[in-house]
Amino acid sequence: MVNIGTLLIANRGEIACRIIATCRCLGINTVAIYAEIDRHAKHVELADVAYQVSGDTPVSAYLNIAAIIAIAKQSGADAIHPGYGFLSENTDFSAACDAAGIIFVGPPASAIAAMGSKSAAKNIMQKAGVPLIPGYHGSEQTLTALSKAAANIGYPLLIKAALGGGGKGMRVVNHAEEFAAQLNAAKREAKASFADEQMLLEKYFTGPRHIEVQIFADQHGNCIYLGDRDCSLQRRHQKVIEEAPAPGLSDATRRAMGQAAVAAARAINYVGAGTIEFLMDAAQQFYFMEMNTRLQVEHPITEMITGVDLVEWQLRVASGASLPLSQAEVQLTGHAIEARIYAEDPQQQFLPASGVLQRLTFPATSAQLRIDSGVRTGAQLEEQISAYYDPMIAKMIVHQPSRKLALAQLKRALEHSAIVGVKHNLAFLAALASHSEFVATHFTTHFIGEHLEALLQQPNELWRHCAAAMAVILSQPNANSPLTAFRLNGAASWHIYLEPVTAQPQGFWLQVQRTEAGYLLSIDRQQHQFNAHLFAPEQLQLSVNGRSEQLQFMRHGERLTLLYQGHSFDYQLVPTHQPQQSASTHSFCAPMNGTIVTQLVPPNQPVKQGQGLIVMEAMKMEYQINAPSAGVVSEFCFAAGDLVQEGAQLLHFVADDTADTANTGGG
Amino acid sequence: MSVISSQINRHAPEFQARYRAMQALVEQLRHDSEQISQGGGEAALARHCSKGKLAPRQRLAQLLDTDSPFLEIGLFAAHQVYEEYVPAAGVIAGIGRIHGINCMIVVNDPTVKGGSYFPLTVKKHLRAQAIAERCQLPCLYLVDSGGAYLPMQADVFPDRDHFGRIFYNQAQMSAKGIAQIAVVMGLCTAGGAYVPAMADESIIVANQGTIFLAGPPLVKAATGEKVSAEALGGGDVHTRLSGVADHLAQNDDHALQLARQAVHHLNRHAPANATQYAPPRYASDELYGIVGTDLKKPFEVREVIARLVDDSDFAEFKTNYGATLVCGFASVHGHAVGIVANNGILFSESAQKGTHFIELCCQRNIPLIFLQNITGFMVGQKYEQQGIAKHGAKMVMAVACAKVPKFTVIIGGSYGAGNYGMCGRAYEPTMMWSWPNARISVMGGEQAANVLATVKRDSLARQGQQWSAAAEAEFKAPIQATYEHEGHPYYASARLWDDGIIDPAQTRDVLGLALTAAANAPIEPTQFGVFRI
Repeated sequence: MVNIGTLLIANRGEIACRIIATCRCLGINTVAIYAEIDRHAKHVELADVAYQVSGDTPVSAYLNIAAIIAIAKQSGADAIHPGYGFLSENTDFSAACDAAGIIFVGPPASAIAAMGSKSAAKNIMQKAGVPLIPGYHGSEQTLTALSKAAANIGYPLLIKAALGGGGKGMRVVNHAEEFAAQLNAAKREAKASFADEQMLLEKYFTGPRHIEVQIFADQHGNCIYLGDRDCSLQRRHQKVIEEAPAPGLSDATRRAMGQAAVAAARAINYVGAGTIEFLMDAAQQFYFMEMNTRLQVEHPITEMITGVDLVEWQLRVASGASLPLSQAEVQLTGHAIEARIYAEDPQQQFLPASGVLQRLTFPATSAQLRIDSGVRTGAQLEEQISAYYDPMIAKMIVHQPSRKLALAQLKRALEHSAIVGVKHNLAFLAALASHSEFVATHFTTHFIGEHLEALLQQPNELWRHCAAAMAVILSQPNANSPLTAFRLNGAASWHIYLEPVTAQPQGFWLQVQRTEAGYLLSIDRQQHQFNAHLFAPEQLQLSVNGRSEQLQFMRHGERLTLLYQGHSFDYQLVPTHQPQQSASTHSFCAPMNGTIVTQLVPPNQPVKQGQGLIVMEAMKMEYQINAPSAGVVSEFCFAAGDLVQEGAQLLHFVADDTADTANTGGG
Repeated sequence: MSVISSQINRHAPEFQARYRAMQALVEQLRHDSEQISQGGGEAALARHCSKGKLAPRQRLAQLLDTDSPFLEIGLFAAHQVYEEYVPAAGVIAGIGRIHGINCMIVVNDPTVKGGSYFPLTVKKHLRAQAIAERCQLPCLYLVDSGGAYLPMQADVFPDRDHFGRIFYNQAQMSAKGIAQIAVVMGLCTAGGAYVPAMADESIIVANQGTIFLAGPPLVKAATGEKVSAEALGGGDVHTRLSGVADHLAQNDDHALQLARQAVHHLNRHAPANATQYAPPRYASDELYGIVGTDLKKPFEVREVIARLVDDSDFAEFKTNYGATLVCGFASVHGHAVGIVANNGILFSESAQKGTHFIELCCQRNIPLIFLQNITGFMVGQKYEQQGIAKHGAKMVMAVACAKVPKFTVIIGGSYGAGNYGMCGRAYEPTMMWSWPNARISVMGGEQAANVLATVKRDSLARQGQQWSAAAEAEFKAPIQATYEHEGHPYYASARLWDDGIIDPAQTRDVLGLALTAAANAPIEPTQFGVFRI
């Protein structure tokens, strides 16, 4: 047994914070590392001591093996926890730890290496008797050989280029008759893309689920599984909602999967926490996909249903202890679900978002609600969601006696969370958690794609207009004074500018009048009666079309954010105008008497807008004339060293858009 | 605290009848106001907007703060005065807030006769400037006008208070540090060119605003030079070459943002206004049922005051002396005020009391509010011998010389010398309004008809002729009708004898806004003339 007194965490964000939390319980000193931009990050603040690591990019800092090992030595760390991502599955790193005499909290390098190569991993698994996705990986590539292999696998099947990626050279074949044609098409595409036409065949699953098993092994040959997790809900090939246990599985299947997972781990002499990912078809047949030789993002749901602190176990196992539980002692209670809250725009193909978090609030945590987050907001603090890293803001984990209750709690907790400053997926997650098909356990890995429209539904435009207008009106001091928005011989009238914050902002004005019954919204010559009042600061009760609902808002200067059931709507409240120079201010004439210094571009070479064209000197100052738009200099009128008179034409410029040029010439 | 205890009975038939009568007038007023606010009508507006311009009222809205009040003046100007339909005299004017600062906004309405200046357009523009000067309000002119209405040039151009006075005022105000900001959003020709040229800071909209002393047709006629409007006096010319304008805006929206920005950089700060005050204890619409529309039926003016002042708290002065004039201290939207209100015909005592009270307010820098409902001073031998003329004159002297802000509301009749003593238009109240039931004339129509009939009857009698009752009635009817017509608040407001006709229920808020605007300017010390004791 080795004593781990000090642990270096070679990671950042929520996982670093989560590991520190366990260390605090265990009395282990923590050493954090950080890239320059993370100097005020939460994990730096939580750790006992933190060291900056240099790197060309923030990410490369966390991949700087030599520097991290040096810090570990300097800080007296006994062990390094790599978290997930970054160096967690890097054999060079685990080897460097070994060489430095520092415990790497994870499996032996050999196990990482064995699972690092997918084809090698499959061979090992085949030998260990772990079911593999039926397929053909042979070198015989004739049509006859491939057709025969295809018949053995059965339809539908997938033709994949051996060197493929990104869907290139990939074809789904539903019937034997299509096989030859599709094979040729796939080969052509593969040849064009990868200059190689070697093909693989694989069974194709129409309704697959992604189910994985958490295993744990110690250094003494013990290996157990800690239940399974369903991670079928994915977008952009990333998990968004995970649950444990996987719903709808028979006990027999569950046990068989667990045993297969343990067999897989044993096959590579695995030590520590690991995950075996399986693909499961509609008939509950499961097939090995890959093994992750690290702690998973979604590990908290396993912790919730088993009551095990997986990080604590990792540290125990790393220090040489035996597993605290035998397989028979593992008890699963209730149902846990994790939702990954991302900075992203579900309405724009889940495009990652970045920005400054102005507000981040969640419902109070409890035994049933856990929030793992690497960011926080406070009075003095504005947390940046950086484009450099994975844009996860937090993980929300709920634990309830049943799946139904867990989903209900998750939806409610998501809807009562508030994120301001970046686009996020709270509402999308809430829609997932309450989608009737998902609640009814009718789902596959295609679920999000198939139900996208329903999952992206938003309150209608009128409702948003009313809500935004009232937030503007009621957030003003003296909102209820009769002098506010006073109009002679008429009703109080507000004119409000709203510019939804989007890639192409399009602002508009609307008018709200106070009526005896409430308010009247006028937009595009249409009028809508509605009602609203504040029931608490920044809390609005809004009734539109007889439906009364509550929402929250945040006004920060000229910005407004509406928060409603996980939806956020951001508005700019003041029109912005880019200062624009009039076309004719772009003169190509000498501003005063002087000397040409140099021509910056050759004639007739395309130049970009703003690019320098010519430099002249006058009154001891250099003047540069820039391109007013993209185009070309058709002719320079003077050469370097020439004296020019004020007003002399220095060059002739032809803009790309000839219409513009005509205007410039004419004006 | 001296809270007025209201004695009215909302359910009394008389109250109900008065209420309904006044409500009908108010509804008509609201309807007419709305109608006038539409400007030159749908077709003209559509034509205007098709050029990429914003509607005049939209321009105003985008210039003001989102929650700004707008105390409009002269909405009924030119109402049924000209053969042409010239709603609001073709110009919108009033007090609104920009970055919290009260400003006078003057917006040409090109949907009304191209925004050209009729005599009453000029009068309204000058009136807006007068209020601005009095209250030291920065002025913003949103210019889009063809200039003087040529068919009436004789009534627009030459006199002291004609077109040229606009620029004289700009110069005077600029000299006093009252900012003059012009936004050229359309035509700005000839004399009009001096609005931006005389402004402290001016903004012009590209490809839309033009400033020139003579437009292209005139230039061609004069010199033969052919030139487009834009090349002659467009935004680019004036912001790049001539320097007549300072900022080039891409469009109306941009121009209005630039104008807001200009106000922001005036380095003026809104005076802190009291925010802690209670509303009146009685509903403002009860004024309808209290006052009604029949001027012959008296009402208790304290019931009116109770619905205008904060918390209905009214500290009356000399309650039992000269009781037909009610004087006292109160506050309106947190502003201390002295109220002078008619509660019957003026007697010598009432006039002396009024004089005394006005002196008190001037001494204490308290703005005055006059609530006019006056048929005049008492007549008769007894009263003349008492010297009612000199007592009345004292009150007129006090009113004329008082330098505190003065606000007059005609809540009933405004007749004869009573109008003078109660701060009629000639006494330069800072602002003045009428209720829709009000009447204003040298005397009542009936009295006038009687006076003229008496003269006529006497003359006929001297000639030994008889005058039948029927003939007398026939003689009196048109006189009465003329007085009724010319004494009507629409007739008065159309000629800018006041600054607007207002809903009685809005009076408190109108006064609050006006007091806030007036609070911008320091109060000069009052120097009274010789009082005839």
